[in-house]
Amino acid sequence: MLEFTTWKKAWYWALTLFFCACALPSLVALTPNVRWPSALPDHKINLGLDLAGGSRLLLEANRDQVTQQRLEAMEESVRTRLGQAQPTIAIGDVSSSGGKLAFTVRDASQVDAAREAILPLTSGAGLSGQRDWDITVEDGNRFVLVPTQAGIDLAISSAMETAVEVVRKRIDALGTKEPDIRRLGGTRIDVQVPGLQDPQALKNLLGQTAKLEFKMVDETAVPSELAKGAIPPGDEIVPWADPKDAAAQGVPVLAVKRLGGIKGDELTDAKQQFEQKTNAAVVSITFNQQGGEKFAKLTTDNVGKRFAIILDGKVLSAPSIREPILGGGAQISGSFTVQSATQLAIALRSGALPVDLTVVEERTVGPDLGADSIQKGIVAMAVGTGLLMIFILVTYGRFGVYANVALVVNVLMILGVMGLAGTTLTLPGIAGFVLTIGAAVDANVLINERIREERHRGRRVVQAVELGYKEASRAIFDANLTNVIAAVLMAAFGTGPVRGFAIVLLIGIATSVFTAVTMTRMWVAGWLRKARPADLNL
Amino acid sequence: MKLLKLVPDHTNIHFLRWRVPFYVMSFLLMAASIGLIATKGLNLGVDFVGGQVIRVTFAEGTEAPVGPLRTEIEKLGYGEPIIQRFGKANEISIRMKLPEGADKNPKLSDAMAGKITSDIRSHHSDARIDGVDSVSGKVSGELGHSAMLALGLAALAVAAYIWIRFEWQFGVGALFSLVHDVTLTLGMFALTQMEFDLNIVAALLTLIGYSLNDTIVVYDRIRENMKKYRKMPMPELLDLSVNETLARTIVTSLSMLITLVALLLMGPDVIFGFTSAIVLGIFVGTYSSIYMAAPILIWLGVNSESFVKTESEIDRQERLARERGARP
Repeated sequence: MLEFTTWKKAWYWALTLFFCACALPSLVALTPNVRWPSALPDHKINLGLDLAGGSRLLLEANRDQVTQQRLEAMEESVRTRLGQAQPTIAIGDVSSSGGKLAFTVRDASQVDAAREAILPLTSGAGLSGQRDWDITVEDGNRFVLVPTQAGIDLAISSAMETAVEVVRKRIDALGTKEPDIRRLGGTRIDVQVPGLQDPQALKNLLGQTAKLEFKMVDETAVPSELAKGAIPPGDEIVPWADPKDAAAQGVPVLAVKRLGGIKGDELTDAKQQFEQKTNAAVVSITFNQQGGEKFAKLTTDNVGKRFAIILDGKVLSAPSIREPILGGGAQISGSFTVQSATQLAIALRSGALPVDLTVVEERTVGPDLGADSIQKGIVAMAVGTGLLMIFILVTYGRFGVYANVALVVNVLMILGVMGLAGTTLTLPGIAGFVLTIGAAVDANVLINERIREERHRGRRVVQAVELGYKEASRAIFDANLTNVIAAVLMAAFGTGPVRGFAIVLLIGIATSVFTAVTMTRMWVAGWLRKARPADLNL
Repeated sequence: MKLLKLVPDHTNIHFLRWRVPFYVMSFLLMAASIGLIATKGLNLGVDFVGGQVIRVTFAEGTEAPVGPLRTEIEKLGYGEPIIQRFGKANEISIRMKLPEGADKNPKLSDAMAGKITSDIRSHHSDARIDGVDSVSGKVSGELGHSAMLALGLAALAVAAYIWIRFEWQFGVGALFSLVHDVTLTLGMFALTQMEFDLNIVAALLTLIGYSLNDTIVVYDRIRENMKKYRKMPMPELLDLSVNETLARTIVTSLSMLITLVALLLMGPDVIFGFTSAIVLGIFVGTYSSIYMAAPILIWLGVNSESFVKTESEIDRQERLARERGARP
């Protein structure tokens, strides 16, 4: 037990020094007025929002909305596809409600052709070979397309990926530093922005889906009928964004043609500007090649008619098309303030969110509170550890010195590993830290008490030390392994604080067994070899 | 240098003599805790029930104007606020239920937070808003659920491990003392009505970890002594084991307490509830590994046969040889 080859010693020391060195960037970051040289690698611990201050938003996507959008997109695709088929396949009685798309092929002899045409619109989903839509034909000529679970999951997954990207772009546009944006579970996005004090601007920006559409106004719709809630066939009704416009029109809604409009997602740029005549804030957009062509076609085909500019399901304005707009750009006016126009420009630039996001959890910690917490926390930890070390020293003398050195090395190594892994330290993480230090001290207490005991039983010095380490190791092993089991389960099933606690605990158990058992044993063995004491002051 | 010895070398305290009264006391305390949790309930934070918390700090050295604040906020028409002091007299948290329909439309809760904070700022120029938390009812349910799941699974897995390493009675004993510790700590939270939030769950985990550590140290010694003293009656053997590990128990508990008390007295106020839970847990955990985890072994019928190794062939022949040699 007390034999250490030179190689082993060198390896242990190298390991210790390496992880202690890794703690340096984190320690420097916590010390005011000292800067870490930028030439060196700086993997450091991130402080959680509860310690550093900042805002956290938990956003949730609407699952049903993704499914509904997918149904509508499928409807469009089916219509175009069958319309373009040779010969054209006529359909009717289309419904996309109740979570499925159904339509009737008017000529029953075309059913097979229709199936041929639609089949390429579906694709495989998942590994099980399942497709993303189930196509069935009822009553000979009625097609029913039901999205499969795997298909829905796939759609949501891809929508969430896009959503995370869009959220990232928007937050970057706000100029905040080091935001942490990640997907959480199936339909959630966790956004953490250190140092952000007022999350209102952020929430406004993320709360905006920024789905821009241009749709033709149905001039034949009768306002009085609309007011009663009757929807003309082929139309949809969209509410006005600004109540003033609604009042001016006499009806709070506008009827637009459901199909044939274009989406405003093919943009290269969006800027806040001022309209020359009225000096009102507007957003000017620039289409990309494709978008520009579609927009040019829409405006060329419909000169003299009105088209509605719809943002997130609300009509911003409905100007008349005086002449074809071929320049590939457009100006969106509405009742904007400079701020809201700027926000819309950012939102449009970063692309539309594929799905609405709702804030389900929000936390803000002021910077004073955070800084105050850290400073007090560090002082309290330092004082506590100092007193603890004095206590261990007066209880175990030389063996206490070894335990104390091991303790300091242990703390440095935990910081080093956490720094390397880029772990976030939160308040519960500190709890994990405290428990780890307790366990590390306990390991040394167990060993030293056992050595004392063996000496009392009359064993010789070397034998007592050897037995002390051997017998105590069993309890230390069992105790630490139970904590590892608990920590692994907590990291796997817990969220937020529970996981933060568990991760620090896992790192701490590994380093503390190494320092408190292996390293101290090496030091004690070295001393025994050199000094050959006849008795132990223990 | 003369070293500090808190516990004399050969103690022989009959801990187990009091096992029945202590068990009665513990069961009464557990029943009382459950009763308190059932009647008074835990003061669950927004993490678990949803709602909004606004933390405000007033000028150093003054006392937060809790009374006036309550009437001012009630006038805003969002219902009655729960105002609590945490840590110092000038630091408070204001808890509100989320307005009706806020789950669908988060703007409603934003509006509430905005109105309340600007109201506080206009009435109290020294108020510093330290943070706003809003948790919707949906999320809060899940947070509590996942925390309970993690806790429960961890406890069961640990008991299973101890069963494998020791005997089933030890696994049951460890699980029982865990339940005991957690129940008493929760009872304490119900009694004091300190806010119970997710950070307190982390504190509970810490005390579970500590208490387990303690239990395993005692169990390890019991296992060792059971192999060593095959004829010793269980109560005596348990006493011996507890006495032998007493010095270690005291030194370790004191070490933890030193660090934690420093954190309690000098550390940031936000972790006050959290640290006090761990401090309480150290006492309860130490007590339970001596008086809950050890005596239960007697009642569960652990005896010296539990750890007898089956004799190997070589051992048997050696024994027979010894016996033959011993006979004249």
